[in-house]
Amino acid sequence: MTAIPIETGLLLAGVLFMLGLISVMIRRNVIFMLISVEIMLNAAGLAFIVAGSHWAQPDGQIMFIFILTMAAAEVSVGLALILQIYHQLKTLNSDAANFMKG
Amino acid sequence: MEITFYIAATVAVLATVMVITRYNMIHALLYLVVSFLAVAVVFLTMGAPFMAALEVIVYAGAIVVLIIFVIMMLSLTREDVEQEKAWLQPKLWIGPALLSFVLLAELVYLLAIAEVPTAPSVASYVDAQAVGLALYGPYVLGVQLSGILLMAGIVGAYHLGRQKKKVIHRFLQQQEPQKERSAAL
Repeated sequence: MTAIPIETGLLLAGVLFMLGLISVMIRRNVIFMLISVEIMLNAAGLAFIVAGSHWAQPDGQIMFIFILTMAAAEVSVGLALILQIYHQLKTLNSDAANFMKG
Repeated sequence: MEITFYIAATVAVLATVMVITRYNMIHALLYLVVSFLAVAVVFLTMGAPFMAALEVIVYAGAIVVLIIFVIMMLSLTREDVEQEKAWLQPKLWIGPALLSFVLLAELVYLLAIAEVPTAPSVASYVDAQAVGLALYGPYVLGVQLSGILLMAGIVGAYHLGRQKKKVIHRFLQQQEPQKERSAAL
């Protein structure tokens, strides 16, 4: 297995993270913001895998498993919150949820 | 193997660009599946086959299907796509995009000047056995914490996603039978 340079893998992770960051800033739809957060978490996991692959240690892959667990818990709670927001406000606009009176 | 990595990386970046520029949510999710599969191929070329399988199963399988189910429950229409198109004006996204590109340029510069220590071994293949041994050896506390986190996620999702009944105080509840009684009288 030929070794891929670590800079290339980290660059790919950085580009994916930046795309997710742009999307979470420009979108106003909460579901799109949640998707963007998933993209960013995936990019962070990719950086761990690249580093773990460079040193041929399993620690990076274990960190990816933990990120995966956290992403699964986060998306379930986030989707439940989105359902509640949609039932309360009848819209997916995140600007409509800027008050805290339920 | 190296050309596979570069092709998969290009596909991942292009699919992610398509995700963040779509107006229709389902189209964006389909491109998101393509992006996750491309990242899984990247993991495979990096010598992490177990993580590639987990990426396909959990990200492209479970999480995307969960989001699709929620979108189906929301029953969105064509007006929502038009609304999304109206929200995504160029004068709104050009600023954050430019600033993020500045940050990416800084990252590329730092990666270019960084001196990476050479890897101790040439073979970077880490199989599932090594991952499992490390996961249930030194990292067993993290596994237990992950279990607690998933439990909290389940309870939180059930609690937040439940349609709450309207709770009426018992003093207010007593007024209703009285009103009925007065109406009957």
